[in-house]
Amino acid sequence: MEIIRNKKEQTMLEEIQDKSVSRRNFLRSAGILGASVAMIGATAGMTGCKKNDNNTDNGVDLGSGDIGVLNYAYALEQLEAAFYTRVAATPYSGISASETAYLTDIRDHEIAHREFFKTALGANAIGALEVDFSSINFGDRTSVLNTAKAFEDLGVSAYNGAGRLLTNATYLLLAGKIVSVEARHAALIRDILTFNSFAASDVIDANGLDFARTPSQVLSIAGAYIKTKINASNLPS
Amino acid sequence: MNLLNIVNEIEKADPEVYERLDDRRGALKQFTSFAGKVAAVSLPFMIGSMFKKAYGQTSTPSVMDVLQYAYKLENLEAEFYKQVANSTAVPAADKPGFISIRDHEVAHVNFLKGVITSMGGTAQTYTAANFDFTAHGSYPDVMTNYTTLLAVSQAFEDTGVRAYKGQAGNLISNKTVLQAALQIHSVEARHASHIRYLRQRAGAAVKPWVTGSGTTASGGVASTTSVYAGEDNTVQAGVQITGINGTSISSNAASESFDEPLDMTAVVNIITPFLV
Repeated sequence: MEIIRNKKEQTMLEEIQDKSVSRRNFLRSAGILGASVAMIGATAGMTGCKKNDNNTDNGVDLGSGDIGVLNYAYALEQLEAAFYTRVAATPYSGISASETAYLTDIRDHEIAHREFFKTALGANAIGALEVDFSSINFGDRTSVLNTAKAFEDLGVSAYNGAGRLLTNATYLLLAGKIVSVEARHAALIRDILTFNSFAASDVIDANGLDFARTPSQVLSIAGAYIKTKINASNLPS
Repeated sequence: MNLLNIVNEIEKADPEVYERLDDRRGALKQFTSFAGKVAAVSLPFMIGSMFKKAYGQTSTPSVMDVLQYAYKLENLEAEFYKQVANSTAVPAADKPGFISIRDHEVAHVNFLKGVITSMGGTAQTYTAANFDFTAHGSYPDVMTNYTTLLAVSQAFEDTGVRAYKGQAGNLISNKTVLQAALQIHSVEARHASHIRYLRQRAGAAVKPWVTGSGTTASGGVASTTSVYAGEDNTVQAGVQITGINGTSISSNAASESFDEPLDMTAVVNIITPFLV
C-alpha cells in the first residue's frame, strides 16, 4: 500500500511539474532565440512568461486553480520560515533552553514546508518574497512570541479556509499534513505564553471549530509583514 | 428490473466485470442464488453488496460514512474527557486544559450530530457505557494514574488528527463538510500538542509534534504503537524532505514537519479495544 501511495504521489509531482518542465523548455528555446537574434528585440518573446514575473504592477501573481492555492501556501510558508530564521539567529533576551529547542524545531519545520512547496511547484513557484519585520522587536520575548502566535493561528486558519479551494485530493492531503503541524505549533506557542491557552475561545468557536479564513482575509493580515505585493485575484473562490 | 441487463451495461463500461465477479457463470449462479433465496424487494441491496465486493478496492466512503465515523470518534473522546475532567489524578493546574478539551469534544459531538441529522442521517446516542477506557483491563489505572491518563490521551488525540486527515479526500465533493472537518482536525492537533507538552514537562521523551514512529512517540502505551505507524515518513509527493535543497533539515525534523493520515481500518483497529 505504501509503495502504491508513493507512486501515486510521484505521478502527482510529475503532474505539478509538467507545466514547469514545458515552461523551462520554452524558456530555454526563448533564451536561445534571444541569444541569436538579440539585436532585433528578441525579449518580446518573453512576454508569454509574465505569469511568474515578480515585478509587474499587480504584484506577484499566485496563479489560478490548485497551483495558485499551493503558491498561496508557499507564500505563507516563506513568511513563517523567514520569521523563525530571524528568531533563531537573534534569540530574544532571557530565552530558555527549552524555548530555544522549540523555536529551532519550528524554524526547521517551516523551512521544510517552504522548500517542499518550492520544489514541488518547480517553475510554477512564485519567487522569493521580501518580508518586513520592522514592527517586531526580536530582542523582546513577548513581541516575538505574540508574533509567532499570530502567524501560527493565521496559518492554521489559512489552510482551513484553503482546503475547499483545492480540487485534487492529493494536494488536499498534503495541505492536511502541514496544517496539523501548524496547529501543533500554534498550541505550543500559546501554552508557553499563557498555559492552557492552546485552543482558547479567541480561536475556537462555540462548535469547537478552529477558525477558517479566505485568502483575501489572510493576505490582508499577512500583508503587514510582506513588502512584495501579492496578487491573489486569480485564486479560485 | 432486468438484472442481467445491469451486468451487460456494466460490461460495456468495464469489460472485466465478470473477472471481478470471478466469472460469468459464477455471476449468473450468484444471481440465480439471490433470486431463489431472497425477496425481490431486497435484490438491489444484494446486487449492491455483490458489486461492492467486486469493486471494493476502489470504493470510497460516502460523506455520510465519514460523518458517522467522525461522530463515533468524537463520542469516544467526549466520554473519555468527561471522566478525565473529574479525575482526581489530574493536578489542579492542568485541569482547565482538560475542561477545554472536554468542552471541544462535546461540541464536536453536538455539531456532527446536527450535520448528520440535517443530511438525513441518524445519529446514535452514545454514553459512557459504550466505552471502556481501560481497554478491557490493559490500562486499569487510566483514570487514577496521571502518567497513564496522559499517554492514553495523547494516543486518542494523535489518532484523531490522523483519522480526520485520512478522510479529507473523501469529503472533497462537499466543501461545507470538508471545511468543518478541517476546522475540527486542527483543534484535535492543538489538543495533541498540549497533551504532549504536558507529558514532555513531566519528563516523557516526546515533543508537541510527532517525531518518527515507535515506542518513543507512543509513550509506552503498548497497544497504541500502531497510532504512529508511518509517521516516520520523510518523503512527500516524491520529494525527500531530509536535507531538502541543501538545507540541514534532519530526518527527525522532516518527519515532524508533516503529519501522516490513517485510513478507517487502521483507526478502527486502534479504537476497538476501547469499545464495549
